[in-house]
Amino acid sequence: MDRRPRSFYVLAAFFALFVLFLYGPILTIGILSFQGPEGGLTFPMNGLSLHWFRDLFQQQAVGDIWGAFGRSTTLGLMVMITTVVVSVMAGLAFRKRFYGSGLLFYAAITSLVIPSILISLGVGLIFNQLGLKVHWASSGFGAQLTWTLPFGLLIMFAVFNRFDKSYEEAARDQGASAWQTIRYVVLPIIAPSLIGVALFGFTLSYDEFARTLLTAGSYNTLPLEIFGMTTNVTTPVIYALGTLTTLFSFLVIGAFLLGTWVIGRRRARLGSDAGSAL
Amino acid sequence: MGADLLRNRHVLGWLQAAPLTLVLLGFLVAPIVMIVIVSFWGATEFSIYPAFLWDNYDFLFSSPVTYKVFWATFKYAFITWALTLAIGFTVAYFLAFHVRSLTIQIALFLLCTIPFWTSNIIRMISWIPFLGRNGIANQTLISWGVIDEPLEWLLYSDFSVILAFVHLYTLFMVVPIFNTMMRIDKSLLEAARDNGASGLQTLVHVIVPLTTPGIMIGTIFVVTLVMGDFITVRFMSGSQRANVGRLISNDIALLQYPSAAATAVVLLCTVLIVIAILLRFVNIRKEL
Repeated sequence: MDRRPRSFYVLAAFFALFVLFLYGPILTIGILSFQGPEGGLTFPMNGLSLHWFRDLFQQQAVGDIWGAFGRSTTLGLMVMITTVVVSVMAGLAFRKRFYGSGLLFYAAITSLVIPSILISLGVGLIFNQLGLKVHWASSGFGAQLTWTLPFGLLIMFAVFNRFDKSYEEAARDQGASAWQTIRYVVLPIIAPSLIGVALFGFTLSYDEFARTLLTAGSYNTLPLEIFGMTTNVTTPVIYALGTLTTLFSFLVIGAFLLGTWVIGRRRARLGSDAGSAL
Repeated sequence: MGADLLRNRHVLGWLQAAPLTLVLLGFLVAPIVMIVIVSFWGATEFSIYPAFLWDNYDFLFSSPVTYKVFWATFKYAFITWALTLAIGFTVAYFLAFHVRSLTIQIALFLLCTIPFWTSNIIRMISWIPFLGRNGIANQTLISWGVIDEPLEWLLYSDFSVILAFVHLYTLFMVVPIFNTMMRIDKSLLEAARDNGASGLQTLVHVIVPLTTPGIMIGTIFVVTLVMGDFITVRFMSGSQRANVGRLISNDIALLQYPSAAATAVVLLCTVLIVIAILLRFVNIRKEL
């Protein structure tokens, strides 16, 4: 291996600074959430305590944090499952280059790039005019799907662009039906990527703000609750909440990454499951 | 007959795409149509009524505020784009061409993408202890003797707005640029070197042209996210700056839905024109 050029060290330092820039602020509020009871929103630390975390678990003066957490998690799971199923189906559909697929593709891209406030406003107006109540599980759910589905679809494109069609041909040649080919050949091969789609589905929904704003109704999701707190809470309790929900996000991300890794390992160890479909 | 129909790829394709189509019809197309309709409606102080009026558009285009706010929106988008591109390209370049082990490459790439899956609101809030009057930045600069008094423009200014945008959205540049760089055939770089190209020449004449699709995809993400934003500007400027998104959300808060809808229509057209131009340079489906 030849020696590293000087540019390597300059770029490595730049990269390190970038990572610091990404994580520095969140680490800071992580530290500040351990402020003493008398501490404020900035340094210096006024003692060290779990006071603000304890505050979160007591009867809330500031809002319904745990209810919001429950709603966000439920909604995240709903969006995750829907995103995986709908994206896979759409991914399979787009391989067929059916008539009008171009139009549908551009609709999905529009869904991704449209300013979120338009979705919020439009969905809110429709529910309003139809005399329906906006609710996080109906209008909020649909509004979030307009954000997660395009990501799921783009991942499916990336997956199928790399998919070796000869596996399917082999299955067909051996007499597998279209459904058997999908169930026993295509789905197992793309399974690790589906974990990725699920990760996008859950986390993007869990943290979604702009599209949920006018569509969640009277029961807030967690990001809405936190944003509400920014205007009227001036104690480190908001940092404690930020630290907890970020830790939760890291946990979820870690679980998904672990899942991908385990599937990869199992696959490497077990080799093929040929014949199990018979 | 039924089985034949199911074997037709157009029919089967639409069947498999039906769930996606339904969601997009119900929560993308219908809302856009609704906004266009409502943009012609009238409003009283507390309600809206169906009509066909050009008043909302007349007011929008005759108000100097509109032009100022659209200009600010473009300004934020352009500055953020330039910064995220410079940072994102450098980071992706380092990862793709200077890190030699695939495992480390993936690990560092994940390190860069993980914040994308966490809350934007929290990531914005987390700048406050840094930039405030008594924040870390001011305290550090004062202790170093660089400044005597705290800088006021660190928080609640254009500076903090753009800082937050760069912080939130650089990932959207890193990921697609890294993706296209990883697909560059390494033998092309060797060929350039063998023919006597310097590192810089290889970068400018080989890597940048081959990375253009990734840059375009990143650009689409960053530009649309910044142009459609209403929350970062509000939060990071302490409501002292405005962009188009805030204009819309202020109207919504005042229940002036028709006026909000008219602004939204103009914003949507602006964004779609920008995207249409960018899409001429890249075929997204091929690049993934």
